[in-house]
Amino acid sequence: MQAEAALFRAGLWFAVLILAIAAAAVAKDAAYAAHAGIIAGVALLLLTMSAGRFDPLGKAQGFFRMPEEPSRYDDDPVRWGVIATMFWGMVGLLAGVFIALQLAYPALNFEPYLTFGRARPLHTSAVIFAFGGNALIATSFYVVQRTCRTQLAFPALARFVFWGYQLFIVLAASGYLLGVTQSREYAEPEWYVDIWLTIVWVAYAAVFIGTIVRRHEPHIYVANWFYLAFILTIAMLHIVNNLAVPVSFLGSRSYSAFAGVQDALTQWWYGHNAVGFFLTAGFLAMMYYFVPKQAERPVYSYRLSIIHFWSLIFLYIWAGPHHLHYTALPDWAQTLGMVFSVVLWMPSWGGMINGLMTLNGAWDKVRTDPIIRMMVVALAFYGMATFEGPMLSIKAVNSLSHYTDWTIGHVHAGALGWNGLITFAAVYYLVPRLWKRDRMYSLRMINWHFWLATIGIVFYAASMWVAGITQGLMWREYGPDGYLVNSFVDTVAALHPMYLMRAFGGILYLIGAGVMTYNVWMTLAGRLRSEAPMSDATYDPAADRPILATAIREPQA
Amino acid sequence: MANERPSGKRIDLPTGTETVGHEWDGIEELDTPMPRWWLWTLYLTIIWGVVYIVLYPAWPLIERGTEGVLGWSSRGQLAQEMRVADQSRQTVREALSQIPIERLPDNSPLMAQAVAGGRAAFLVNCVQCHGSGAAGSPGYPNLNDDDWLWGGDLRAIEYTITHGIRQQAHDKTRMSAMPPYEGVFEPAQLNELVSHVLSLSGKAPPTAAGAQIYADNCVVCHGPAGGGDRAQGAPALNDAIWLYGSAREDVARQILDPRMGMMPKWERRLDPVTIKMLAAYVHSLGGGEDFVEVAKDPEIQVDEQP
Repeated sequence: MQAEAALFRAGLWFAVLILAIAAAAVAKDAAYAAHAGIIAGVALLLLTMSAGRFDPLGKAQGFFRMPEEPSRYDDDPVRWGVIATMFWGMVGLLAGVFIALQLAYPALNFEPYLTFGRARPLHTSAVIFAFGGNALIATSFYVVQRTCRTQLAFPALARFVFWGYQLFIVLAASGYLLGVTQSREYAEPEWYVDIWLTIVWVAYAAVFIGTIVRRHEPHIYVANWFYLAFILTIAMLHIVNNLAVPVSFLGSRSYSAFAGVQDALTQWWYGHNAVGFFLTAGFLAMMYYFVPKQAERPVYSYRLSIIHFWSLIFLYIWAGPHHLHYTALPDWAQTLGMVFSVVLWMPSWGGMINGLMTLNGAWDKVRTDPIIRMMVVALAFYGMATFEGPMLSIKAVNSLSHYTDWTIGHVHAGALGWNGLITFAAVYYLVPRLWKRDRMYSLRMINWHFWLATIGIVFYAASMWVAGITQGLMWREYGPDGYLVNSFVDTVAALHPMYLMRAFGGILYLIGAGVMTYNVWMTLAGRLRSEAPMSDATYDPAADRPILATAIREPQA
Repeated sequence: MANERPSGKRIDLPTGTETVGHEWDGIEELDTPMPRWWLWTLYLTIIWGVVYIVLYPAWPLIERGTEGVLGWSSRGQLAQEMRVADQSRQTVREALSQIPIERLPDNSPLMAQAVAGGRAAFLVNCVQCHGSGAAGSPGYPNLNDDDWLWGGDLRAIEYTITHGIRQQAHDKTRMSAMPPYEGVFEPAQLNELVSHVLSLSGKAPPTAAGAQIYADNCVVCHGPAGGGDRAQGAPALNDAIWLYGSAREDVARQILDPRMGMMPKWERRLDPVTIKMLAAYVHSLGGGEDFVEVAKDPEIQVDEQP
């Protein structure tokens, strides 16, 4: 029986291997062949794993570490996810510093693989989908188990989600460097990678929803509403925006199902809601669990969480057209995009208020706990970016800011300040608990990381504000004779000092993340740095486990 | 803490607020009312939004969207702004379209206007090759100096911009071609020739052998003293300005396998008034020459050097 199953598995991987090699051999272009080669490599690895061991169940238990007992949470995918978050975070930040330097020194464009055009999507996808995505998947698996007091619903599927998502990242990233792109911002991977991600994402939704369905709590915690909104909406956005017709099933090219301004609007409906549901809703879910846990305080307002959740997800989905102000998009659609964006201001701030005010009664921890400090500054940047966003969506402001570096500054205030810092804080919370350590290797290094990151963001955002406004004003500058004063290249030359300051800010942020990587590494190695203690939230390992079915039936004393 | 469910509500001591009564993994929620300022700001933005979508185009209908009470449209705004800008320049453009370009220097206010407009057009259309300061780069002529391949008076510049250089299938374009001498000379001969070409501007000692080769092959176009010939676009070799470099290997390469640049014709891409303004701007950069009428139809015949 087991041997038959092993044989079947080995045969399956062998078939995948043969198909992938065949696809590589007859591919229409080199990049598609390279991707088929990656698939073949993965299939070969799984084939050797299936065939190399007589006991397939033991193999699965060993390598994929299936949960052994129902009295523990299923945390292995979370541990892998935390490590993947750290790894891809370093890759993404390094790529970011590289392309920032390319903008300051164009000589750093190396043909053909490391030009700005190819390295830029590598950076954006690495930080958003690889770093952010792994953080979201890992924390959602951690949070949903604890707030539902149950194990993950489908352990095998959860493992597939993790490894399948890594394969998606490798295919996407290698594709960018090889020149595979469908030229849709934040949705660059081509049709076959999109199909793969769809499969992984449906599995992810199944694990998450299945876990909620079998919860041992009467209510669904607010963090899970946000995770659910994130998972379902991203599925919808991903499928609709990537509707395309492949030129050949053996080639890495496709044509979009939409054309012209419809195509542009679909893309920005997707692009804006990738920000809204990936980078806002998903990370608010993280915030709603880790801030009250670290602060050891109740959430500020249940009512506010209901109203701001529903208003946020209702309004966000309509705001995309503000990316297409003063274009071929009809005026009525531009108006609606702007109005929904402005009304979105308060619903966005609801999350900031609920996060910050949760510290009522524990504000002293901002002084003593660097993780809390990181969370507070993350929420402050969240509030700043979600004020700036509605402001930039106003047509009069947008006519100055659009196509300038102001947009880049805005995005990074949110990405570095909000997404980056809240993820770092969550990882600092998770690592000692997941690997059963007393605390992080060094709390003082967290403090160093906090200051390096914060100062880095200030350099980044301030230089891009100045650069963007300079650029916008130079583009529209008319002389007394009624003619434009500056050529485009004049504006590029004027921005050089700002580009240097931006790169400097990025380097500071990268160094901070490097300090964190070292800190996590040493914590995993079981080391404790001897240093004057900074206080940390308490952790009760006895309470950190699901409720057993038997325990529920018997009322507690 | 664990399994307090379904626990009742309790008063949170530090804030004095009642909890909702739920608990997840130790996290409780307070029953704090929504902040009034938050709620009222939300209402205000909604009211503002309702007013805005009445005033401006907003509602998609079957054929088209609503147009808004104000009647505003982005295309209408653009047309209005363009009309105002055009009107402010109308008198200047009309005057420029009527005046023959060689008479422009007589009217200095109009000349100043033309130079300003030409500068703006130059920044959009010409900087890609000639540089934002018009100083050029190897292969792209510097327009600030007084070395002109095809003539440097207003009419000649206007002609060059209008018809371009070496534009295929365009009869009026400036056309010249230097023959490649690959395989014609022995290495020693080439060396002598390069020395002679450089000697014309005092960069190398003259040699008799080089002078002979030059006289046999080059003098027809470049002239006995290397002064060049604008009628056929042959560059002067006796000055300090070298389009493709003045090193020995640069000169040798240009003899063996000459590179000859192209410039687009701007006729029909830019209107005649803009071309006139561009000519005035290029002429004003420092090397502009006075117009001397030497032929009945100066559009075809290029003027002599003054």
